[in-house]
Amino acid sequence: MNFSISLTVNGVRREIELDDPRVTLLDLLRERLDLTGTKKGCDRGQCGACTVLVDGRRINSCLALAVSQDGADILTIEGVAHGDQLHPVQAAFIAHDAFQCGFCTPGQVMSGIGLITEGQAGDDPERVREGMSGNLCRCGAYAGITEAVLEAQNTLANSDQRRSA
Amino acid sequence: MMNFDYVRPLTVAEAVAAASEKGATYLASGTNLLDLMKGGVCHPSRLVDVTRLPGLDRVEYLADGGVRIGALVRNADLAHDAEFARAFPSVAEALLSGASAQLRNAATVGGNVLQRTRCAYFYDAPSACNKRWPGAGCDARHGENRLHAVLGWSEACIATHPSDFCVPLVALDAVVEIEGKSGRREVALEALHRLPGDTPQRETLLERGDLIVALRLPAEARGFAAHARYIKVRERTSYAFAVVSAAASLRIEQGTIREARLALGGVAAKPWRARAAEQVLAGAAPDAAGFREAARIALADAKPSGDNAFKIELAERIVVRALTLATAGTPARIPALPGSPFSSGVRHVA
Repeated sequence: MNFSISLTVNGVRREIELDDPRVTLLDLLRERLDLTGTKKGCDRGQCGACTVLVDGRRINSCLALAVSQDGADILTIEGVAHGDQLHPVQAAFIAHDAFQCGFCTPGQVMSGIGLITEGQAGDDPERVREGMSGNLCRCGAYAGITEAVLEAQNTLANSDQRRSA
Repeated sequence: MMNFDYVRPLTVAEAVAAASEKGATYLASGTNLLDLMKGGVCHPSRLVDVTRLPGLDRVEYLADGGVRIGALVRNADLAHDAEFARAFPSVAEALLSGASAQLRNAATVGGNVLQRTRCAYFYDAPSACNKRWPGAGCDARHGENRLHAVLGWSEACIATHPSDFCVPLVALDAVVEIEGKSGRREVALEALHRLPGDTPQRETLLERGDLIVALRLPAEARGFAAHARYIKVRERTSYAFAVVSAAASLRIEQGTIREARLALGGVAAKPWRARAAEQVLAGAAPDAAGFREAARIALADAKPSGDNAFKIELAERIVVRALTLATAGTPARIPALPGSPFSSGVRHVA
């Protein structure tokens, strides 16, 4: 049985035919849409490497059936920069050495963007660490990740102020 | 993962009909179900996707002071609903102490209530498990069982219910609204989950086709808002299931506890309401000696199911801690580390 779904992925509307209902959103992105920036780590919702935004909210794409996301707006790591201009969270990760091997980084960046959008952490490093606890980093770059998210949040808040001034 | 039929009904009646066939199961966000299907623990022949059912994604504040939470409300949305967190702070704290931000953004409250145990032998398809295969035996009983049940367990099953959310809910007399083949009915959350006995495969009193459509908290639950905490010991400070947890809610007037609500998590196959301990607390002064006595009573029937005797003492201490912190007062804002015993300035009294 085939399932026709429609997704907006990084701003582009895609009509997708699924020949199997078992495909996760993660496998759809990586294997069928060739968006391999989203990583498959544990594939069981424990590591956060597959984090993407669905309708603006960060989720684990490995634990979401693609067919159930019909109509959703998906943002992946490939969609956050503007050309050569990095997203403030990406730029802050580089500035703060917030990675070593880089495998978890796309998920960390998407999770950081999601956390800043949620607006619950403020400038409290403890709340940022707690809010980022769904993303594991085997290299242990956690100190840099916390600093990067805090700095990116400031950068985004300042640019919002400039826009509204 | 075994293949399955996928349907996405648009009404509750269609959903109930579609899920009433043998082998069918409901899919909400799937954060637990997909994991179980990938591991070969669950293999439904049909998934009935309920995420498009109308009207189940709302938090409604009722005229009588209660609240009705649609089954499809996401864990994060409920916890961050300012009015909800003000009125039912221990429930919001429990929600935020569970899983990760990504999972809380996806997982629904109905799914949270029905999540399955994290017993490693249940998750490991080759192991003997009476839940997966009634009569097969229980490899946990003499296996790695330091995190297993100390209350209400049986020789057939020593698994625990993993939900944080359910612990304060059961303390506050939550009610579950169920739509089924013979119409709408409701049951107390405390009665929804079953103890294992000889039939651990029967985890709730739901029948085939039954769909949880909402959870309700009564107006009286608001009366504890000033003194309510959820405290949870984990093997790491965030993103881990409870080793043991306690939800404590007190109504204190003129230095006396007028009414107490107490429930424990991580200790049994269901969220464990400690009614006898509540009765001792009512009318007593909120002090360390009374809390220790209440904790002793709450765990009086506990016995180790294996290498987990430490959980009994630990649960008593967590009860004392939760009562102590509840007495100190609900924080103006949920702490940076929700539910953590390590995040508070209040000293341990025991």
